[in-house]
Amino acid sequence: MAARIHGGAATALSTFNPKKLVAPSRTNLPAARSSKRCIVAGGGSDASKKSLSVRHSQKLIANAAVATKAETSATTGTGHELLLFEALQEGLEEEMDRDPHVCVMGEDVGHYGGSYKVTKGLADKFGDLRVLDTPICENAFTGMGIGAAMTGLRPVIEGMNMGFLLLAFNQISNNCGMLHYTSGGQFTIPVVIRGPGGVGRQLGAEHSQRLESYFQSIPGIQMVACSTPYNAKGLMKAAIRSENPVILFEHVLLYNLKEKIPDEEYICNLEEAEMVRPGEHITILTYSRMRYHVMQAAKTLVNKGYDPEVIDIRSLKPFDLYTIGNSVKKTHRVLIVEECMRTGGIGASLTAAINENFHDYLDAPVMCLSSQDVPTPYAGTLEEWTVVQPAQIVTAVEQLCQ
Amino acid sequence: MALSRLSLRSTTFLKPSSLRRHVTTDTTPITIETAAPFTSHQCDPPSRSVETSSAEILSFFRDMARMRRMEIAADSLYKSKLIRGFCHLYDGQEALAVGMEAAITKKDAIITSYRDHCTFLGRGGELVDAFSELMGRMRGCSNGKGGSMHFYKKDACFYGGHGIVGAQIPLGCGLAFAQKYSKEENVSFVLYGDGAANQGQLFEALNIAALWDLPAILVCENNHYGMGTATWRSAKSPAYFKRGDYVPGLKVDGMDVLAVKQACKFAKEHALKNGPIILEMDTYRYHGHSMSDPGSTYRTRDEVSGVRQVRDPIERARKLLLSHDIATEKELKDMEKEVRKEVDDAVAQAKESPVPEASELFTNMYVKDCGVESFGADRKELKVTLA
Repeated sequence: MAARIHGGAATALSTFNPKKLVAPSRTNLPAARSSKRCIVAGGGSDASKKSLSVRHSQKLIANAAVATKAETSATTGTGHELLLFEALQEGLEEEMDRDPHVCVMGEDVGHYGGSYKVTKGLADKFGDLRVLDTPICENAFTGMGIGAAMTGLRPVIEGMNMGFLLLAFNQISNNCGMLHYTSGGQFTIPVVIRGPGGVGRQLGAEHSQRLESYFQSIPGIQMVACSTPYNAKGLMKAAIRSENPVILFEHVLLYNLKEKIPDEEYICNLEEAEMVRPGEHITILTYSRMRYHVMQAAKTLVNKGYDPEVIDIRSLKPFDLYTIGNSVKKTHRVLIVEECMRTGGIGASLTAAINENFHDYLDAPVMCLSSQDVPTPYAGTLEEWTVVQPAQIVTAVEQLCQ
Repeated sequence: MALSRLSLRSTTFLKPSSLRRHVTTDTTPITIETAAPFTSHQCDPPSRSVETSSAEILSFFRDMARMRRMEIAADSLYKSKLIRGFCHLYDGQEALAVGMEAAITKKDAIITSYRDHCTFLGRGGELVDAFSELMGRMRGCSNGKGGSMHFYKKDACFYGGHGIVGAQIPLGCGLAFAQKYSKEENVSFVLYGDGAANQGQLFEALNIAALWDLPAILVCENNHYGMGTATWRSAKSPAYFKRGDYVPGLKVDGMDVLAVKQACKFAKEHALKNGPIILEMDTYRYHGHSMSDPGSTYRTRDEVSGVRQVRDPIERARKLLLSHDIATEKELKDMEKEVRKEVDDAVAQAKESPVPEASELFTNMYVKDCGVESFGADRKELKVTLA
């Protein structure tokens, strides 16, 4: 049985009314163990309550959520403040300085400076051969990057939008992921494939793709998703240094996040999850932009007396089951909040992994909140409904923690 | 080693021309004209006169005979179910692999499609490694995990071995890019077939290669059939060497090993100076597309036997050797017998080779096997074991 939750009706946090969010036909979750699906209903009378102010409040909270992260190294020392895309650029520049084999290829990365300014200034510094403006042929330039990697170069391949990399799927799946194995270990493919993805501000269906779910079953690749300037720079550097092919998922809406990061050099571990907010009652697993929705919901939850533990899983393949497992053993309840599609998404795999490994520790079924299985509509109000909103997260936590 | 054996044996012969007994290792240059002229597009064709030597032509014969024998042995191994899956055989096209090797060094890169057994051999691969890989044994060049379509030899710059039609073309341009990046004076030969010539990624890669002056030589092995479809049924313009438009092209008789050598030499010089060039090699395969294809539903047996009589590369090399008095009929037959023994020995050795262990399933997935273990970002220390 599916549990239907009407969420997101609140227009602002101050007028949050929990009674409105309870669906009359909801069954008691802990007894109905067969259901772990959580469908966000978008229709009905609640639709009229939605307004633009929900979106505004998201933007306001984003920066505040960052402050609650547990990484202490970023808060000690002097550090410097920058935006996420600048952090990516800094990481890229440092690695290009460090290793002459690192090069960047993509559309408009050179003279234009990158469509999201991640490669701004690099072409002037390193020249056209190291920061390559490619023609619009994802299949060919991704294949080129992989071929160059077979000889020892370390290309960073940028997809202007992650969705465009679907055109290079054959190269990523068959060549990038598999060549190390099918050649018996002769070749390594140290590429980084990166680009912005996710649902933006009314970009339309084809420019709001989340490809984590498509790539996750390719054997041989690693996937990471960055969410703060700190981990963006760290993950970018680690991905470039890694001998394995890494796909780095960035998010279109997170490029302007501001944070203070350390002056000294640092790297984030590719396979480790990040503890954003330790807690006792429930484990909320999330990544990328949904981290901010979760943190916003966390503020509400804290006010209501809950103590959620928020983990940014960061590593989408492989999962950091060590951190996740320890958290599950502590809290016994798991909520996954993701921007991926429900069907075959990261949440689906994570749910399976948690159920397989930590079944004994769970007091309630793993609940997964994902985006709706629809192409992202253009209309702003509809677009809001395709992704998980903080109010839905609050409702889900309340339901799980009964 | 075998060549010196030959000259040892031949010293027992008493021939009127005592000079003849030494030509098996003779490297004095001789010039031979190719049977057919080159047709060019947007460039001047190379001359028909090829510089070669007796020893070289003899080595051509030997190498082609070895490749032919290997493919025939693979055929019978497949029929006795020791080789499974897909097996694409190269017999008929040997002149291409051998002629190309003669014009280049082991630092130049070669990348090709799934019809890669002979190219692997040409790059210095061992027969026993090839057969082991075909039979899925540990001794194979990819530890038995690649199979027929995934032969690789990194130390000889042979980048495989790719199953998806045309996917190796962008990879090959990437190899050329890396060569340009590191400023080595090497080139990349990117081989593809007449079937792959209709892939979009070929034109994408051509555009990039021409734009950035990459030292890439795209070689279209035109054996006239894309699996079961003849070129006239799949291509509006079957002049594959002209398809590059602004990229120069050369049409070569791909079953004349000397013509192939000349064309590849010319192409290498061209690519190092002027960027990419397309070589269309007019060749033919005797077997079907793969072992599952009889090869007779879309072409007549007469056609196949006709090509075998008139254009077979090994026969042409044999005629060349006999007409230039480089070797006798008997010497060549002996050489073929030796090659046959070599191949049989390799097959026997490969059959003895063990199959991969169960633990091999998970090796070489990731460098340093992450996934179960979490390493620091520099992969130097093990931080934690996941779950």
